[in-house]
Amino acid sequence: MLGLRKVAGAITGAAMLATSAFGLGSAQAADDVIKVGVLHSLSGTMAISETTLKDAVLMMVDDLNKNGGLLGKKVEAVVVDPASDWPLFAEKARELIEVEKVDVVFGCWTSVSRKSVLPVFEELNSMLFYPVQYEGEESSRNVFYTGAAPNQQAIPAVEYLMSEEGGNVKRWVLAGTDYVYPRTTNKILEAFLKSKGVAEEDIMINYTPFGHSDWQTIVSDIKKFGSEGKKTAVVSTINGDANVPFYKELGNQGIDAADIPVVAFSVGEEELAGLDTAPLVGHLAAWNYFMSVESEENDAFIKQWKAFIGDDKRVTNDPMEATYIGFKMWTQAVKQAGTTNVDAVRQAMYGQKVKNLTGGTAVMNTNHHLSKPVLIGEIQDDGQIETVWRTEDVVVGDAWSDFIPESAKLIADWTYPVVCGGCEKPMY
Amino acid sequence: MRITIKTIIAALMYLLATQATAYADLADAAKGLLSKSYNEKIAATEAIAATGDAQAALLLETLLSGDLYATKSDDRLVYREKTGGGYQIRDIVTDEDLGVVKSGDIIKIRINNRMRGLIKDLLGRLTLLNEDPALRLKAANSVFKSRPKEMIVPLTDALAAEEDASVAAAMRRALAALNFVHGDTTEVQADALLILEEQANPDVRSLLSAEANRLAAIQDPSPEIQVLATAVSKALAKVEEKLEMLGLVENVFQGISLGSVLLLAAIGLAITFGVMGVINMAHGEMVMIGAYTTYVVQELCRNFAPDLLVYSLIAAIPAAFIVAGLCGIAIERSIIRFLYGRPLETLLATWGLSLILQQFVRTIFGPTNKEVSSPEWLSGAWEITGGLALTYNRIAIILFAAAVLFMLMLVLRKTSFGLQMRAVTQNRKMAASMGIRTGWVDAMTFGLGSGVAGMAGVALSQIDNVSPNLGQAYIVDSFMVVVFGGVGNLWGTLVGALSLGVTNKFLEPYTGAVLAKICILIFIILFIQKRPRGLFALKGRAVEN
Repeated sequence: MLGLRKVAGAITGAAMLATSAFGLGSAQAADDVIKVGVLHSLSGTMAISETTLKDAVLMMVDDLNKNGGLLGKKVEAVVVDPASDWPLFAEKARELIEVEKVDVVFGCWTSVSRKSVLPVFEELNSMLFYPVQYEGEESSRNVFYTGAAPNQQAIPAVEYLMSEEGGNVKRWVLAGTDYVYPRTTNKILEAFLKSKGVAEEDIMINYTPFGHSDWQTIVSDIKKFGSEGKKTAVVSTINGDANVPFYKELGNQGIDAADIPVVAFSVGEEELAGLDTAPLVGHLAAWNYFMSVESEENDAFIKQWKAFIGDDKRVTNDPMEATYIGFKMWTQAVKQAGTTNVDAVRQAMYGQKVKNLTGGTAVMNTNHHLSKPVLIGEIQDDGQIETVWRTEDVVVGDAWSDFIPESAKLIADWTYPVVCGGCEKPMY
Repeated sequence: MRITIKTIIAALMYLLATQATAYADLADAAKGLLSKSYNEKIAATEAIAATGDAQAALLLETLLSGDLYATKSDDRLVYREKTGGGYQIRDIVTDEDLGVVKSGDIIKIRINNRMRGLIKDLLGRLTLLNEDPALRLKAANSVFKSRPKEMIVPLTDALAAEEDASVAAAMRRALAALNFVHGDTTEVQADALLILEEQANPDVRSLLSAEANRLAAIQDPSPEIQVLATAVSKALAKVEEKLEMLGLVENVFQGISLGSVLLLAAIGLAITFGVMGVINMAHGEMVMIGAYTTYVVQELCRNFAPDLLVYSLIAAIPAAFIVAGLCGIAIERSIIRFLYGRPLETLLATWGLSLILQQFVRTIFGPTNKEVSSPEWLSGAWEITGGLALTYNRIAIILFAAAVLFMLMLVLRKTSFGLQMRAVTQNRKMAASMGIRTGWVDAMTFGLGSGVAGMAGVALSQIDNVSPNLGQAYIVDSFMVVVFGGVGNLWGTLVGALSLGVTNKFLEPYTGAVLAKICILIFIILFIQKRPRGLFALKGRAVEN
C-alpha cells in the first residue's frame, strides 16, 4: 500500500516535471469546435451501468449546443468504448487526448479503471471528471471527483444506523466485492466503527468475487451473526450484477429489513430496475441523489432525460447527477476562463457552484471534491428509493479519510501555498 | 329493578356514543400520518392502535403493505383499487366511496423501518385471535420479538383457545419468552427457560445471549441472579448445540444445491465433451441461450396469456431444450464435423463461436440483464424449524437436476438412439459398417448435449443474472466437473459435481468465497496429476484412441 503510494507519488512528480519542462502540455482542439471526450464502457460487464452515463453526457452536450454552444463554438462529443477492459481504458484515454485532442474527458466507473487512466491524464496534463462514489485516498491535479467520498456516503450511513432513528445497530457485517473500492471503504469503516467503541467480534467482513451468484452460505452466516442478541446491520459494497442474486437470496431466506437492514452503497435506481423489489422494501441505500426527491431542478432533469432517451420508463440515478454537476461546472469554468486551456479552466473550477438536483448548492473545493448533501433512503416496492434521512447542510468531500492513521494527516489542496494532492504540509 | 334498567340504558347510550366517536377518534388519531416527520407518524400509529377500533387493524395492515394513500385535495386517508380510467378510492375509516381519481391526486403514505417494526408489533397484539391461522402465527411471532409485558394475559388466553398445533407452539414459545423476561419470581423464569431451551430457533438464541450478556455485566450479583445466570448459559448452550446441528444439515443442503447447479451446467458437456470428445468452449453459450429462451417464453406469456404466467417456467423447459438443441445441431453440421480429430482447432473455433453468440445475443436483447421473475411457488423458504430454512428455488433445482440426469440415463441406456450413440463413440468404423448413419448420430448427440445445456439455462435463470455473459461464468466449472468426475461417464459427473459442491460449501465459512474456489481449483489440479482420467475412468480399448 505504502509502496504503491510512493510509486504513484513518483509518477505524479515526474508528470509535473514533464509539464513544466514542455510548457503547457494541454491539447488544443481545432478552432471551430470544442471536443469533449466520453470514456465509458459500452460493452462488457460494466456496460450495464456506464452506457447510461455516456447518454447523460450526450444529452448535456446536445443541450449546450441548442443553447448556442460554448464560447461561440460548437461542442462535439467524442465517444470511445474501453469495453470494461482496464488497461484499454489507459489506451483509449491516450487516444482521446493525443489523437482526438479533446479538451476534457468525462468517464470511468470502477476505481480500477480510474487508477488505470490516472498516469495518462497526469502525463499529458489533461482533465478528467469522475462521476462515481469511490473509496477516497486519492487526489490528482488532473481529476475532478464529482461522486461521493467515503465521508459523504459510507460514514453518514453508518452513523444513521447507529442512531435511534436507524435502529441502534450494534453489530456490523461489511460485505463487499473483492477489489479496491470495497476493501478500502471497509478499512475506513472498520477503523470508524472501532473508534465508536464497536468490538472486534461485532464486525464481520466478507468478500466475494465479481459476479458471485451462490449467496446461500453468506446469507445464512449473516442470519447466524445477527442472532446473537444485538441489533445487526449489513453494510454492502457489493458491486455490479452480483447484487441481484444477493437480494433474491435475502428475500428467499426471509431476512426482513426490520430485523437485519442492508445498506448498500452501489445499488441505485438503475440496478433495482431489473429486480422485483417487493421483498426488499425497507432495505437502505445511501447516495447524494435519489430520483424520488421532489425539486424543480430534478423534475426538469428527469423530464429532459426521458425525452432525450425516448423511453418513459428509464430511471435516473446518482452518478448521472454527478455527471450533470460536473458538466455544468466545467462549462461555467470555461466561460469564466474564456478558454478551454486545462490550467486556466482548473483555476476557474475552484469555487464553481451548481444547484444540486436535490436542493442546495454543490461547490467545487480546492481538493477537487464537491460539497454535497447526503441522503439515506429506503427501497420501495416500485423500485424507487425514498429519502428517510438527509443531512441538514452540504458535506465537504474529504479526499483523505480521518479514520485511517496514515491518511489522517494528509491534506489535499491544489491552490497556493499547498499545491498538493496528498502531503503533510504545504509545498510552498 | 329500576336501577338495573337505568344502568342498562346508560350502558347502551355509552356504547352508542363510543361507536359514534370511535370513527372520529380513529380519524383523529390517523391525522398524524400525514405529517412529514417520522416521529409524528410513529405517535399517530400508536394512537391508532390505542383506539382499539375494529378498523384500526385494517388501517395498520394497509399502512404496512404500503397501500394507504392520502388525497391531495382534502387530506383524507384512502385505499385505492385500479379501474379503467384511474383509481377508485375509498375512505379507510368509514369505507365511504370517494369516486375515481387520477394517480396524481393521491399520495402514498411512506413508512420507514422503525415504523414497520412498530406496526408489526401492534398488529400482532390486535390479530392474536384472528380467524386466519397464518395471521395468528405472525402475531405470535411478533409478540415473541417485541415481548410487551401487558400481552402475558391475552397470550395465555389465546394459547388456551388455540387449536392449530404449529400456532400453539409459536404461542407457547412467545409466552415462555414473555414469562422469562417479565417473570416476577425465579421459578416462573426457570419454567420459561425449560421451554425456551427446547427451541432450535435463532431468535431464542438471540434472546438468551442478550440476557446472558446482561446478567454477566451485573456488578456483585446476588445468589439468585448467579443461579439464573448459570441456568441461562446452560439453556443457551443447549440451544446453540441444536442450532449447530441444524447448521450442519443446512450446510449439506447448500452443498448439494451448489452441486446440482454444477451438475446441471456440466451434464450437457459430459455428453459433448465426455462422450463425443469435442472440446466445446461454446457450451456455456448454450446455457445462456436456454436462459434467454426462458425470458422470451415468459415475456410471451406475460403479453398473450397472463393467467399462465406462473407456469411459464415449466413451458420454458422443453422450449429451451429445442432451441438450444437446434442451435447445437446447426453448429455440429456447419462447423464441428469438419474438425473431428483436431482438438486444438475445435477449441479455437468453438471459442470464437462463443464470442459470436454472446455478441449476437447482446445485439438482439441489449447489454443489460433481463429479469426472469420467479413464480410464487419458487419464492420463499420451507421453514422446518426456526433454525433451518430450505429455500424453495434450491429444492426445485436439486429435483430438476436429478430428473434431468435420470432422463438422460434412460435415453442413453434404454433407447436405440442411445445404443447407436454408444456404438459410434466406441468404434466409429464398425458402427458405420453395421449400417448406422454416424454423421446423423453425431449431430443428434451434439444436439442432445446442447439441449440439456439449454435446460440448465432455465434453472440458472432463477438463481443468476440472465446476461450475455451468463455462460462464461459456468464454462470453467463445467469442465472442472467433467474432468474431475471422469470423461465419458455420467455417474462420474454426478459424483464430481456433488463432491465439489459440498466441499466448496464446507470450506466457504472458514476461507471465504474467493479462497474456497482457489482451494478447489488447486485440489483438482493435484488430483488430475495423480489420476489423469478422473474419478471414474473408462477402461478398455475405447479409451486408447
